[in-house]
Amino acid sequence: MNEQSQSTGTPLVKRGLAEMLKGGVIMDVVNPEQAKIAEDAGAVAVMALERVPADIRVDGGVARMSDPEMIEGIQEICTIPVMAKARIGHFVEAQILESLGVDYVDESEVLTPADETHHIDKWAFKVPFVCGATNLGEALRRISEGACMIRSKGEAGTGDVVQAVRHLRTINGDIRKLTQADSAELFEWAKQLRAPLPLVQEIAETGKLPVPLFCAGGLATPADAALAMQLGADAVFVGSGIFKSADPAPRARAIVEATTNYNDPAILAKVSRGLGAPMTGIGMDELDVKFEDRGW
Amino acid sequence: MKIGVLALQGAFRAHADKLVELGVDVIEVRRPPHLDEVDALVMPGGESTTMSMLLESSELFDPLAVRIDEGMAVFGTCAGLILLSTNIEDGRPDQRSFGRFDIAVQRNGYGRQIESFETELETTVTDEPVHAVFIRAPRIVRLGDDVEVLAESRGDAVLVRSGNALGASFHPELATDARIHRLFLDSVAS
Repeated sequence: MNEQSQSTGTPLVKRGLAEMLKGGVIMDVVNPEQAKIAEDAGAVAVMALERVPADIRVDGGVARMSDPEMIEGIQEICTIPVMAKARIGHFVEAQILESLGVDYVDESEVLTPADETHHIDKWAFKVPFVCGATNLGEALRRISEGACMIRSKGEAGTGDVVQAVRHLRTINGDIRKLTQADSAELFEWAKQLRAPLPLVQEIAETGKLPVPLFCAGGLATPADAALAMQLGADAVFVGSGIFKSADPAPRARAIVEATTNYNDPAILAKVSRGLGAPMTGIGMDELDVKFEDRGW
Repeated sequence: MKIGVLALQGAFRAHADKLVELGVDVIEVRRPPHLDEVDALVMPGGESTTMSMLLESSELFDPLAVRIDEGMAVFGTCAGLILLSTNIEDGRPDQRSFGRFDIAVQRNGYGRQIESFETELETTVTDEPVHAVFIRAPRIVRLGDDVEVLAESRGDAVLVRSGNALGASFHPELATDARIHRLFLDSVAS
């Protein structure tokens, strides 16, 4: 048979990996030992970072991309995809992560933003990007910049699921409204959302985002993961919720099983038993810094 | 005819959409009772390590192994192909597979995500080439005698058949047409 040409880094190839992660749990890990625990528990991917969001909150200061050595240590031990975070607008951190061969870059509000106006031009990369969003307009702006996966932001490092619920409901609620709008109203929707008209028209037609929608930020229990899935998330990110709990391994596994069986309360009850203390958490009204406000 | 799609994790909805497009009844298989209802099963792409674990915890592994041994038609793509193979290289030591295809596969055999690619493939079963998307794909590194190669990419078998089992290291569910799914349904019907 003929030698066929092969194209890498295309939108289909980049969105394809997000398709494969659906129905799964992506776990924050800070060292190879945690990465091993995450993979053993059935994580579909790990997010390699130096400090989980809960610790970033406590420590304060500037949060940056992780040390490449630390990321490589995790890549060596894992057979599942490894993601890593770059600061909003910090395209050089993203270039470095791409050269390390990470499987997904998270342009993340959990790190301190490097640019107050611009996000990274994600079309310029072969590595796919995930970005956070609190509402539909923000999601569409990120997609127009080349994001291949959207995650509702929630409020990372709190263990409080309320913002994740708000953001998922906002995004999916507005998508439902768009499908009811007539063609003239879509122009006004595009203005209100500050989003490109063609994307708004596409969603009005299809009733869904053109890329997968995952949920992140504040998930701490199997029930939280199932709640996100029932609210329409395609998969979940769990950050501080696992490794800031009393007994991470069984909790990680329980959250994986809950994400698969999100519509089966009997299984959710079974896997929620005897997991020890969840992360203590911080209520939304106790916060000084809200990560969700970062991103433009 | 009811076709099951293993829905523990991965691209199961994309497969279900293709099958619905072809007019068959689709059942998402998460627990043993779902398996009893289906005539054939599609095993999607996703993370094979996650699926292996969930096959055990959902108590699906053993009944599914029995159905496969009894000759149920199966179609595995990417991680699904890994689960249907006899040998997994670079897998986890505790990872089990069904051994339906006498092949060895190397996980992530084409490299990391930045090496993932799409291409046009000539096949022995379609008149025109099919569009194939490879995502952190497994590489078939050994082929048994009873495994028929339906398509190759740069010397590697990427679409294989053995009796009524079909396997692809790429993702026909992400293509714009449903020819490979049609091929599978034809083998289920015959």
